[in-house]
Amino acid sequence: MTGAASRDGYGAALLDLAEDDRVVVLEADLGKSTKSCLFRAEHPQRAFSMGIAEQNMMLVAAGLASTGLIPFASTFAIFTERGFEQVRNGIARPGLVAHICGSHGGIHTGTDGSSAQSIEDLGIYRTLPNMTVMHPCDASSTRALTKALVNYSSPSYTRTVRNKTREIYTDDEAANLEIGRFSVLTEGSDVAILACGVMVQEALDAADTLAGEGVHATVVDVHTLKPFDHDEMKRISENCGAVVTAEDHSIIGGLGGAVAESLTANHPAPLERVGVEDTYGMSGQPAELMEHYGLTANDIVDAAKTAIARRNV
Amino acid sequence: MTDDTPEFIQKSVDELVDIARGCRREIVKMVKRANAGHPGGSLSVIDIIVGLYGRTLRASPAEPKHPGRDRLILSKVHASPAMYAALHAFDFLDESDLHSYRMYNGICQGHVDSKWTPGIDFSGGSLGMGLSFGLGIAISGRLSGRDHHSWVILGDGECQEGEIWEAAMAAVHHRLENVTVIVDVNGIQNDDFVDQQMVMGDLSAKWTAFGWKVRDMNGHNMTEISEAIEWSKTTVGPCAILARTTKGKGVSFMENNPSFHGKAPNDEEFELAMEELA
Repeated sequence: MTGAASRDGYGAALLDLAEDDRVVVLEADLGKSTKSCLFRAEHPQRAFSMGIAEQNMMLVAAGLASTGLIPFASTFAIFTERGFEQVRNGIARPGLVAHICGSHGGIHTGTDGSSAQSIEDLGIYRTLPNMTVMHPCDASSTRALTKALVNYSSPSYTRTVRNKTREIYTDDEAANLEIGRFSVLTEGSDVAILACGVMVQEALDAADTLAGEGVHATVVDVHTLKPFDHDEMKRISENCGAVVTAEDHSIIGGLGGAVAESLTANHPAPLERVGVEDTYGMSGQPAELMEHYGLTANDIVDAAKTAIARRNV
Repeated sequence: MTDDTPEFIQKSVDELVDIARGCRREIVKMVKRANAGHPGGSLSVIDIIVGLYGRTLRASPAEPKHPGRDRLILSKVHASPAMYAALHAFDFLDESDLHSYRMYNGICQGHVDSKWTPGIDFSGGSLGMGLSFGLGIAISGRLSGRDHHSWVILGDGECQEGEIWEAAMAAVHHRLENVTVIVDVNGIQNDDFVDQQMVMGDLSAKWTAFGWKVRDMNGHNMTEISEAIEWSKTTVGPCAILARTTKGKGVSFMENNPSFHGKAPNDEEFELAMEELA
């Protein structure tokens, strides 16, 4: 799947899972966008339109899950938040195994502008006990991790993105990913760059630039923000001593927050957070917006140098 | 898939009237022991809950999670004392369990919770969610070939929640006939009378306009409750039953009194309530 968007991986995974007749798909009038439309086309008897009514969709998913079926409910990331309290009280609190996918996450969503660019979804869902929170970086890993959910025992939220990104994994590599385990893409001992979603490709590019300057970075794809891989975080922090996070999300509460919590509890190290500062987005092409909000490989390079300088003080 | 729905033992109207009276006493005792809770809405809804258990609900205390069971989804979850009293009356809970209501680590939580209490099918807490949950179970029944029914109890004030009407649309769109709504129309919500907080107008016309089959009943008359249940089961739905009730029914000073929506009686009031419910 070269040059696909992670939402394409979600749609492909639903089709892969269709042979399991416990799998049920719920839509809120955005199936063509989230790519659940692929499942609907093949299995209309197990795909249910809930209309533009996300609150109801979340509790229908809960009811389905209570009977042992495995619902996958999707809409834009921002619109899942319309049903946040439903997710909190109706799904996560009773621990009903329903899977929510929010597509079009982040500034990268582009021209739709700030109202459609959720930059807080990972943060808010991460605060809910029982919830697993994922943000894979490409279509292959989204497909593999979504497929893994069918044998998973917790409710989950997965963010996908609208626009095409570079494929980081082959399908075979993606098949080895595990929910809740860091995926270390490169190993270096000078600085660690932990990234998720579209920022993984930027982190790899940043590592290339740093390597040209003799700085060797560990790059981690944190496809699962919760449960967080504290053991691996500790090992990497001990090894590198300087840490950068990179996410298309507010620097408050998301990956940067998760890493800060883990570092302070286990092995403190200087941390620089690359992400959306405490502000909203706007319309523009993804590349223009990533530049504007400081979400590029160059921003990660700068942050890495700052983190290393802080370590060396 | 085989239909292995649990058996149910039908009770007579007279028996159910007696059971409901006993439940009213337990409701007031629970709220008194906890010195907190919601007596008014529990007393308005208890006859409906007892009617469902005694006249139709296929659910077994021996196997409260049976996949083929009918579901009773109390969406107005603050009326939890009514559920607990009924679960005790129908052998899902022991009398000692009722003493745990609102107590530290007690199985009878402040708001009904399926993780804590056998016989509870739905974990609510905030209003407006139960009908949607019931639709999920109804869809599952269709997909699995099971004929279980979802009985969803809403409050009239609760119908101010937008999600109720999202679900009302979805039930009709998906032609879900294995779900019935019963609205406990007691006319009072937390702060005041419903008409003062947000006038609901003609609820019958609203549900009818959303495509539901609608019937009125006196929510304290066990014969009417039984008839309405039968009507719902023999009508191509989804069906909504509007139960005209009195908040605080059975305790004179609580009846139609907004201040007993969420307040425990003092010692003197408790003694009076016990006398009236003897």
